[in-house]
Amino acid sequence: MQGKKEKALKAREKPATLGPDLDISGFTRDVKPWRYSSIHSLPMDITKQSLNVGIRPDEKGRAGTYFQIDHSTVFRATRKMFEGKAEVMSTEEAFEKYDWMDDYWWKVVAVDADKYTALAEMEWDKGYFIRALEGQKITLPLQACLFISKDNLNQNVHNVIIAEPNSEMQIITGCTIHPNVTRGLHVGISEFFVKEGATLTFTMIHNWAQNFDVRPRTGALIEDGATFANNYVCLKPVKSLQMYPVAYCKGTNSRARFNSILYGAENSYLDVGSKVVLQGAGSRGEVIARAIASDNSKIYARGLLIGEHEDSKAHLECRGLLLSDSSLIHAIPELIAKVEGAELSHEAAVGKIAEDQIQYLMARGFSESEAESLIVRGFMDVSIFDLPSQLQEEIKKMVDITTVRVL
Amino acid sequence: MEDLSVEISCKRILNHVDLAVPNGEVHVLLGPNGSGKTSLIQTILGFSNCKVISGKIWFDGVDITNMPINERVKLGIGIAFQNPPAIRGVKLGHVVRSFLEGKDRATDIRLARAVNFPIKFLDRDLNLGFSGGEIKRSEILQVLAQRPKFAVLDEPDSGVDVENLEVIGKAINNFLEGRSGLIVTHLGHILNYVKTDVAHVLIGGTIACSGKSTKVLSQILKEGYKWCERCLKEKRVEECKEKKRKR
Repeated sequence: MQGKKEKALKAREKPATLGPDLDISGFTRDVKPWRYSSIHSLPMDITKQSLNVGIRPDEKGRAGTYFQIDHSTVFRATRKMFEGKAEVMSTEEAFEKYDWMDDYWWKVVAVDADKYTALAEMEWDKGYFIRALEGQKITLPLQACLFISKDNLNQNVHNVIIAEPNSEMQIITGCTIHPNVTRGLHVGISEFFVKEGATLTFTMIHNWAQNFDVRPRTGALIEDGATFANNYVCLKPVKSLQMYPVAYCKGTNSRARFNSILYGAENSYLDVGSKVVLQGAGSRGEVIARAIASDNSKIYARGLLIGEHEDSKAHLECRGLLLSDSSLIHAIPELIAKVEGAELSHEAAVGKIAEDQIQYLMARGFSESEAESLIVRGFMDVSIFDLPSQLQEEIKKMVDITTVRVL
Repeated sequence: MEDLSVEISCKRILNHVDLAVPNGEVHVLLGPNGSGKTSLIQTILGFSNCKVISGKIWFDGVDITNMPINERVKLGIGIAFQNPPAIRGVKLGHVVRSFLEGKDRATDIRLARAVNFPIKFLDRDLNLGFSGGEIKRSEILQVLAQRPKFAVLDEPDSGVDVENLEVIGKAINNFLEGRSGLIVTHLGHILNYVKTDVAHVLIGGTIACSGKSTKVLSQILKEGYKWCERCLKEKRVEECKEKKRKR
């Protein structure tokens, strides 16, 4: 651990390569600890917010829960029928329980990547440890909520997610804030280990505020025959959000898929990308992004596929829709083939709602605003993401609420 | 359509067009490529790119010249487009069912069968990756679901294979029974299956001639549109003479 601290110290002033540079000293670290309680006894104003990011306080249809408010773990448990199959705890507890935690700590995300990773090392505020045990199929999603209740707070979580060989698991993570919170900084380090033959579907839903800054740092290691699906949904305004998660398809026949739905509202600045590095024989990657920019929002939609094995293949698809003249979408798809035989492709399309589409739907009897709403909803059609059906329904509902609100 | 002149991007596309389709009649609109047939249809519907310079459009006694597209559709105008745009995420079935509100699920299945569509086709994104023939059938299907008083069909036969041409032709003919329609066609294949009353020939944005559809069509098939151009010239000479006489 010592070496990591030193590295972090050296990187503490290092700006990130992308996104606006933040003055970290402007945020407070001073917050009262929350007492450990039951999820059912959390205040209503908190559980109501968490519902908006897919976290069910009644735990209905969930296999287990991790709930963190500010810097405190307030609840964590695996439901009875999944005990001995899946583990949910804070990463702090995991360090106490397992002597091998160092093997999973700062392994797929570099501690000195930038000042935010450094901050997460120097001022670490827990985060979750979720693990599916070998061969276990966790039939319901596990949920994790990272909540901020105090204005202008800095929260730095570090999560570790392990899908042991031949396990199957779905995780829904919701990150959100109390309605009274207007500003703050959330740094989230997430390291994923999807082992031989395992399947992990990870869905992250963000719900911030117009003056809030967010810097997730994510890495995933995918081994032989394993599949990692990462879904990201951000539909509410945020001051600045910058992330560029990366999946290393190291194993033979490993698979990574990134789906993201971004809705830029008000003055949001979203710089969101997905990277897939194809290292194993037969490795496959897919990146699908849908971005809608309204009001004065700016969206940078990035994607990078790197083919390092001659038998590897990946595709990147990014579509952007502008709903206002003062918004901006910049799609930046990149392909790097390092060996002959790596098959990489991309398609990107950015534009306004096409007039001919509106007129076509009007000729089917829809009013102009109904036509626009149909087109926007269709644009955010999550059925192309190939999600588990229950999850698809939940995300579809969120998207529908957003489109109804804005149109 | 009364003395209708239309511009698209400041270019005159239709010139003093008079065309009337009485209740219960089906007319055919013929004309060479680029003569303004599709623009005429878009004008009937009220597409924003078609700027009406003069004249009026009437439907059922109502002046619809400046009405939004969807209100014209609500009055009972239906359209099957020639080249509809693909719309991602909007399902064909959603549009079809929007016309069938209050009717049971069996209705859309029956309609889909009428144009030889498997039912799962309704779950596809509108026109996305449809073949030429599928586009035509999807357009006709939407019109069948809408049940408009007046149906405008733009080239319903182009790109359709022989077997489906018969299916579509019969579906259109059954549907138009007792309704009014305007069928735009290039080669007239569809007219082997659909009974029509009057044909109009549009050349260079002007109606060159109107007459009994069988007669007009057989002339065009024999002599091509040159015959109509000649006609148009004679018509113009006549009009000039008439003006001079009046003076």
